[in-house]
Amino acid sequence: MNKQQEFEYLLRIADNALIHGHRLSEWCGHGPVLEEDIALTNTALDLIGQATNVLKHAAQVEGAGRDEDQIAFLRDAWDFRNLLIVELPNGDYAYTIAKQFFFSTFYALFLEQLMNSKDEFLRAFAEKTIKEVRYHVQHSSNWVVRMGDGTEESKQRIQKAVDALWEYTPEFFMEDELDVAAKTSGYGVDLAALKQPWYERVKNTLEEATLIVPQDGWGQRGGKQGRHTEHLGYILAEMQFLQRAYPGAKW
Amino acid sequence: MQQSPKTLDVQEIWNLLAEVNDPEIPSLNVVEMGIVRDVRIEGGCVHVTITPTYSGCPAMRTIEEDIEEVLKEKFINSYRITTVLSPAWTTDWMTDEAREKLRKDGIAPPQKGSADKALLMGRIREVNCPRCGSADTEMISQFGSTACKSLYKCQNCLEPFDYFKCI
Repeated sequence: MNKQQEFEYLLRIADNALIHGHRLSEWCGHGPVLEEDIALTNTALDLIGQATNVLKHAAQVEGAGRDEDQIAFLRDAWDFRNLLIVELPNGDYAYTIAKQFFFSTFYALFLEQLMNSKDEFLRAFAEKTIKEVRYHVQHSSNWVVRMGDGTEESKQRIQKAVDALWEYTPEFFMEDELDVAAKTSGYGVDLAALKQPWYERVKNTLEEATLIVPQDGWGQRGGKQGRHTEHLGYILAEMQFLQRAYPGAKW
Repeated sequence: MQQSPKTLDVQEIWNLLAEVNDPEIPSLNVVEMGIVRDVRIEGGCVHVTITPTYSGCPAMRTIEEDIEEVLKEKFINSYRITTVLSPAWTTDWMTDEAREKLRKDGIAPPQKGSADKALLMGRIREVNCPRCGSADTEMISQFGSTACKSLYKCQNCLEPFDYFKCI
């Protein structure tokens, strides 16, 4: 792994956290009940803090004189490296929870493996972050069960969300050249190896929720390589507006 | 005339930092919270190492500024505050005094043993009400007023309360 590859790999980790965190923060003031409003914004806060930690380090690795804020606020959509699932709009609460359940289950497995990275920063980051993400997994899993095993309407909504999001989950485990380089050098994670444990965990929770586990099929892809849905541009328009309109503005 | 930082030794710096309170839990200081990890004096420069409780803790910037302030008040102008992620902060680092202060503030303190096997196994821990001590409590929400707390209700005295969760 050369410095450029390390930087790209760090962006993939940071952008997942940043974009997912930004999406969840959109629930602030809109949660279905106060406790959930607080839960999702707390989760968003964790994720944005994680993104800050990684981007700070990425800025050092890049060595181009940028800081974490410049990388977050002054990049265009095609330079973002997040998975497609995290940029999708929130939809109803079931859709948000299903998205959070699929992603956080993957993220926890990813971090558990990243704790063995040969890179000192990534080990420290994973050791810190896994503690937070375990709470995210538990929260979203509880809600999947609560909705699936709930009323007729809640069950129908969460099943619909699970079915709609399923095609975005294969991207978690798709490896390109960079993923293979990260895996073989010991810097990153063996993504393909996470597929089975992810499926087991997801299946267990869906079954507990009396939901139907969707069949594997076509998988959407492209986020990690910078090919995004049209939704990312709208997120960036909101997230980056201030720094674009007033460069260098500080609170 | 400025005082030389040499007039304060490492222990005195620790004492000084114990005057800095956690902005979100003002009855606790950053030393008993386990946020300050290390204090060293090298070549007249005071090095303070701190670690965030949670990655997104919005109080970290304020804590850093408050530390700068108490150092400057003692005419220490040569200092360096470094934030580290490893070893990851754990509620086990909170002192017994800190736990007791939390309880008095109506916040149920974290239980010791942060590996938190109960969480891993998907079980909920038994949390005692900080007011009446009853173990008959119920979790209302996993996330409370700040990232580090959950919201509980006591079935005995019916008071809602915050629980400082284990990480």
